[in-house]
Amino acid sequence: MTKGQAISLQKNDGGSLTAVRMGLGWQAAPRRGLFGSRTREIDLDASAVLFADKQPVDVVFFRHLVSDDGSVRHTGDNLVGGVGQGGDDEAILVDLARVPVHIDQIVFTVNSFTGQTFQEVQNAFCRLVDETNGQELARYTLAGGGAYTAQIMAKVHRVGGGWNMTALGTPANGRTFQDLMPAIVPAL
Amino acid sequence: MVAELVRGQNHPLSQVRLEIRVSAGRPVVAAATLGDESGRIHGVEWVAHPGAPTLPGLEVSRQAAADHRLAVDLDAMPAAVHRVDVLLALPPGTGGPVSFGSLSAPFVAVTGLDGSEVASYTITGLDAESAVVALELYRRQGAWKVRAVGQGYAGGLAELLTDQGLPQAHQVAAAVDEAVAHGVARSVPAPPSRTADGDRSRQAAASALGADQSGSPYGAQQGGAQPHQGGHSAGGPYGAVQNPQGVPADPDATQPPPTASPGGPIDYSHPRRRNGAPPPPPPAAPPAQPGRPAPPVAGDATGWSMEERLYNQVWGMFEDLARTTAAYRSAVDFADTRMERELDQVLSDPRSRIGGQGDAAREAAQTRRVQLVDQAREALERDLVQLGAEADVVEPALPVSFARWDNPVWHAYRVPMEMPMALRLGDLHLPESDPLRIPMLVRLPLERGLWIDSGRPGSFDGAFIDSHELRRLAMESAVAHVARLLAVHPADEFTVHVVDPAGSGAGELAPLVQSGVLAAPPAQGAAGVAAVLGRLTERVDLVQMAMRGGAADSLPPGFDISQQLLVVNDFPHGFDDRAVTQLRYLADEGPAVGVHLMLVADREDADGYGPLLDPLWRGLLRLTPVAEDHLADPWVGHAWTYEPALVPSGSQVLQQVLAQVANARTKY
Repeated sequence: MTKGQAISLQKNDGGSLTAVRMGLGWQAAPRRGLFGSRTREIDLDASAVLFADKQPVDVVFFRHLVSDDGSVRHTGDNLVGGVGQGGDDEAILVDLARVPVHIDQIVFTVNSFTGQTFQEVQNAFCRLVDETNGQELARYTLAGGGAYTAQIMAKVHRVGGGWNMTALGTPANGRTFQDLMPAIVPAL
Repeated sequence: MVAELVRGQNHPLSQVRLEIRVSAGRPVVAAATLGDESGRIHGVEWVAHPGAPTLPGLEVSRQAAADHRLAVDLDAMPAAVHRVDVLLALPPGTGGPVSFGSLSAPFVAVTGLDGSEVASYTITGLDAESAVVALELYRRQGAWKVRAVGQGYAGGLAELLTDQGLPQAHQVAAAVDEAVAHGVARSVPAPPSRTADGDRSRQAAASALGADQSGSPYGAQQGGAQPHQGGHSAGGPYGAVQNPQGVPADPDATQPPPTASPGGPIDYSHPRRRNGAPPPPPPAAPPAQPGRPAPPVAGDATGWSMEERLYNQVWGMFEDLARTTAAYRSAVDFADTRMERELDQVLSDPRSRIGGQGDAAREAAQTRRVQLVDQAREALERDLVQLGAEADVVEPALPVSFARWDNPVWHAYRVPMEMPMALRLGDLHLPESDPLRIPMLVRLPLERGLWIDSGRPGSFDGAFIDSHELRRLAMESAVAHVARLLAVHPADEFTVHVVDPAGSGAGELAPLVQSGVLAAPPAQGAAGVAAVLGRLTERVDLVQMAMRGGAADSLPPGFDISQQLLVVNDFPHGFDDRAVTQLRYLADEGPAVGVHLMLVADREDADGYGPLLDPLWRGLLRLTPVAEDHLADPWVGHAWTYEPALVPSGSQVLQQVLAQVANARTKY
């Protein structure tokens, strides 16, 4: 899908999706230098910000792995990346049926905590997956994307009784989600 | 000779038994890592931190503190260890400083056991760092030396440990955070099984498994890459919690992957515990009626025994209630704020002065609020009904150690052969969740002493209770806790000493005294206090020495190895300074060697000691004799109302149980 395109998370048969996962994967930095122990590790972080009427209410990120209400869960911080073969190194799971009634938007972001731009990271991607059947709803290749350290990836928002997902793919710069808040607000 | 080291400087150590003292001015976490000849850490078992404080020859504090004293015995270090790094880190999430730059330079000193300083080092020049390697003790040609390191890490403990080459750096850092969070005195300690095995939380468990990620639920278990353990709660009542709106069954959407369906060949073994025989499967939930949540079943949680499953289930209910209430409160807060904002807009809009426009706008704002609150209430009610149904099947299934005193299971009481994993201290609830009660279970052996507060409750809204009555109630609930502790331990494995200096608790203590379950009659007067404290202090010393020397066999023959509980009524009545010091020593050192403390006290009575006793109160788990909202959960931090587990009035169950305990005692 392309930037700004919205897709409904309603299923064809009328049942709505109940769970989505944001996955983030990248390849660990190669070891280099005279001393094998001196690496330049790459730490990308996935975060999700919960909004009620454009006000941030809760954030799920590596310091707060579960939203207070329990509906959004981070599987844990990965500090170095994986083998880069397409698996998720970090994931955020959203149980849409349990999201509190006043939360109307959830925004997913990616940050480079160690400061490398996406140009310097290999095999980096982020994606949104329908948890119930593993189907990919959106996928971005971050690697080689440009001199940015962050991306506002997508938002999931309430429409009527169900949820829609809109791909954003807005590049930005920042170390953690806090740095991105000014860039997120226009997307709400 | 005291050497004041600068960064990079080293100094020889002539002694092998040392203390490392840390003072940072603000609470910090102290930890230590062991390294081999090449400086490599062999694994998590080479890291001493608040979650795993003891290594051979080394011990760190379990909590974050402004001052630390680390005991080090270099002779006791394994031969492979050539390096000991002492680390300091700022505890995250406590509202304290986030970098060392914002506090005064931490000071570390190496001292002998007699307190004589050998070397000291003030860690200056720290800025954005939140973790630092303070000192390094290292072996050089058979002798030990100390070096001032002062290497800081802005990425905290995780970055520091990663830099030291520990592959599990992040898990260890998370374990430290968790342990520190548990150390915060007010909170109920989180259940170890959940923290040890990662996220077992039930709501996301089924949906956590992506088909493309693991193919089958076992993939995740064996790989260990994903902390989720899929399949355990498969098809259980939480299918309904995940999909609480009762959305008609789309099997893909509401059920976990088909391989995890109930009755399937599910592998329950822990990925890192391959050797044990798998436990019997948990009771399977009957299939759900179409469009309705599956009925709950007692014991529907992970665990190696029914007891552990029930324990995990109760903690799961505790977490679910905490989270669903958090969702509700957050929604109501938002609804209120939004309405106020909208009403402000109406007031500031000049058009609203004309005709009925203002009234209509006001009404609309209020309606919007009511609608949102109703929606939130509906979601909460749905979860409460589900949890209530679960509680209805779980409560009757609880074993005596977890059961209320009015549970019929007590009438079939027999003295057990094994110590249970946990003990019910009372019930917890939130205002929104009434009448649902969550059993408050704490692990045994007790990790912290108990303080039954006989003082004026902080937020008591019931009828006026005079202080005399409060003291009586406090002692009565203390006796109920003691009786339960005695009842759930095997015969002769739990010994209770009572100190009642003024004899003011005699009436409430009667059931314990008359049944003959106490080690000795309640000690009275200052002499009685001194005698009991002296005996227990000596015991702690003796066991500690035997444990440190690695010679548990060297205890004197006939040494009573049972757990000991000291109950003190009316503290600090009858206590002199020496006795207070001994009591603090018992509170700090006792739990590790099986000596526990239960203090029945009004903190105001001990005001004369000033802040000296603050660490004592903080170190104890405070319980009240009447309902009071003073306990926080470990997830969201709601204030939960605690009610003690009391024997129903007129019931003889306590006497009957104690008679059996006394009977079993004389038999052996």
